[in-house]
Amino acid sequence: MIMARRLTAFLFSMFFAAAVHAADNSPVPHLDIGKGGQCVEPDHTLMRKTHMNLLKHQRDETMRKGIRGQKYSLAECVECHAGQKTNSVLGSNEAFCQGCHAYAAVKLDCFECHANKRKVTAEASK
Amino acid sequence: MSTASFSRNESRYFYALAALGLFVVFLGYLGMHNMEEHGHIVSGMNNKVVWGLPHVFAIFMVVAASGVLNIGSIGTVFGQTVYKSRTPLAGIMAIGLLAGGLAVLMLDLGRPDRIIIAATYFNPTSVFAWNIFLYSGFFGLAVVYLWTSMEKRMYAWTKPVGLAMFAWRVILTSGTGLIFAFLVVRQAYASALLPPMFIVLSFAWGMAVFLLAQAAMYTWNDKVIDPAIQKRMKNLLGLFVVSSLYLVAAYHMTNLYFAKQTAFEMFILRDGGIYPLLFWGGYVLIGSILPMALVYLPGMGGTKSIVTASSLVVIGSFAFLYVLIIGGQAFPLSIFPGYEVSSSFGDGAIARYIPSLPEVQLGMGGLAIAYLITLIGARIFKTMPHDVAVVATKNPD
Amino acid sequence: MNETNLDRRDFLAKSSVGLAGLAIAPGMLLYDLAHGRPLGEAASNKVRWGMLIDNNKCESGCTDCVTACNTENGLSGGTKPTDSQWIRKVQLKDNFTGRISSLPMMCQHCEHPPCVDVCPTQASFKRADGIVLVDKHTCIGCRYCVMACPYQARSFVHEVLTDQKPEVPRGKGTVESCTLCVHRIDKGETTACAEACAKAGHNAILFGDLNDPESAIAKRIRAVTSTQIRADLGLNTGVRYEGI
Ligand code: SF4
Repeated sequence: MIMARRLTAFLFSMFFAAAVHAADNSPVPHLDIGKGGQCVEPDHTLMRKTHMNLLKHQRDETMRKGIRGQKYSLAECVECHAGQKTNSVLGSNEAFCQGCHAYAAVKLDCFECHANKRKVTAEASK
Repeated sequence: MSTASFSRNESRYFYALAALGLFVVFLGYLGMHNMEEHGHIVSGMNNKVVWGLPHVFAIFMVVAASGVLNIGSIGTVFGQTVYKSRTPLAGIMAIGLLAGGLAVLMLDLGRPDRIIIAATYFNPTSVFAWNIFLYSGFFGLAVVYLWTSMEKRMYAWTKPVGLAMFAWRVILTSGTGLIFAFLVVRQAYASALLPPMFIVLSFAWGMAVFLLAQAAMYTWNDKVIDPAIQKRMKNLLGLFVVSSLYLVAAYHMTNLYFAKQTAFEMFILRDGGIYPLLFWGGYVLIGSILPMALVYLPGMGGTKSIVTASSLVVIGSFAFLYVLIIGGQAFPLSIFPGYEVSSSFGDGAIARYIPSLPEVQLGMGGLAIAYLITLIGARIFKTMPHDVAVVATKNPD
Repeated sequence: MNETNLDRRDFLAKSSVGLAGLAIAPGMLLYDLAHGRPLGEAASNKVRWGMLIDNNKCESGCTDCVTACNTENGLSGGTKPTDSQWIRKVQLKDNFTGRISSLPMMCQHCEHPPCVDVCPTQASFKRADGIVLVDKHTCIGCRYCVMACPYQARSFVHEVLTDQKPEVPRGKGTVESCTLCVHRIDKGETTACAEACAKAGHNAILFGDLNDPESAIAKRIRAVTSTQIRADLGLNTGVRYEGI
């Protein structure tokens, strides 16, 4: 009986310790939003929820029909949101795309093909 | 041997065999993982030989799956009782082989994670897309077929379903042949003979794998097969092997007849190094002539020679597919007829291909899937053929 | 852009003997047409982009078009059998006459492309203006199109790629080929290979709209014999050759 109580106490303390630790080191991502500024959609919640749909719709228009220069462009996302120092939306859990996707545990497939770096640096680095 | 000790042994066998199968599947998984992570660079494939060993395995399994059901068809469609009692085993093997073949085909894709796209962005003009449709239909029908042949209440339906299955099977195998036959620009494949050739080959390969499985089952269950039945089945195997050899010969003869194809035929049949070797030594000698001898020569045709003959047919089929699939790609496309060409991309040159370990793993993994499904299915559904007044225990105590 | 334009004027000037003054006008017109499509507009089937390659002008040792393509599209330039090559120089030797020549070979942008027919997912497709492309979002990497292409124009990406060009996304496990520099065409520019060839002074590659009777390429095709490679297949290629 005593053992059981001790065990319970121990487990509880562990639990609290973990919780406090978590509060310190909050898992909510701290993102480097890059240049930031005015987004193509002012509503952040909308953007968080639907950016993939917006991008997907436009990707088909651009890829299949050749309609360019529209509002939602992945290259423009990268242009604004690539990290200030890294110039990339990937690379760490602070990076704009990777950070949030790691947090939400959603596979990020765009950058297997698309450039994850700001264009200027891609050119300048040559 | 008492029943109790037999069944204990039997289940020990079963778990050992299942563990072996699982282990090979695991090896296959490792191979696939390797290829997914690093890309096809770890395979032997390249931009000239884009379909490699996995396709040899996969197409073997898909074609054999269709052929193995032939045994069921003989039973249900053509009303042969001996074959009827073998329908369940044939059905399970067909499902297993198709599952194994498709697994290999899918896992060899550049983006296997996107396989669902193949269903959502269906292209009606693509033979590949038709095949996806044909394969799923085959699965469904095979399951229904199994059900009708094992469930007493459903017996009445066996015949119509069997007929549907038979038709579907012929179309499916033709479809597999068409995958190649539609590649009109490739000297190797632009032939209307490919679909019928694949159908006949499927009979032979299906019979061979079935005879192997059947022999294994009788051994595990400590029974011997009625020699009369065995004789009929081995004669059928012989017949299928002879007819496929005939169609393969016809295919090469017609190719030789078309002047454009002569160079390619010379490559495959005479000058191509490994390819003629595999064709004559692997397919013709090991895969056709030796099995024929084992089946037909006087004094041959016992269980041992049938098992050997069937294994040789399977080996020969791999040699055949290797020559067709890889040899067909190794020979350069004729882009500029009448010119001698060369380039950094291998124009005009014979392409090199050396299979790599992950490819072998993937292919063997697929075979192991087929094997596991057959093994487990056969045990659960008790598909041991019951031949009336035939089955005698080997060593009655 | 400017070079090409010069090239076109240059060419027109040469072909319409003594009418140099007039030639500039169609040249300008061409420029306007190429620029004609506003950013937000879809590619139209009134246009059919194509190239005419002059085998006689193509210099045997020169690989400027290949280099330009690699740079433009971010290809490594490697020539291992597993490396992508969107354009390659093919050396030809006539079996009868022994004449030696060379030409650049790339996706021929067929009107009836076999790759599009066989692709199970419609990832291979032809844009309204005749450019044959691979939609890498839907390509599953089955390589059936590579098997079906009569020109060996397609490559499969065998390795993980990094540092792709922002305008030319490409990645492991998908198939790719010459895009006719679609990202440049959509800006009203010419292809990288044509530009490089002109810069090198060979002017062997003429790019333009085959459907526009006034374009330099349409005029040239009317005036000289040009060939489609493997014309027997009836694919009606957008890339044509003269002097083979
Ligand atoms: S490799 Fe991609 S583009 Fe080519 S046929 Fe397969 S899915 Fe289509």
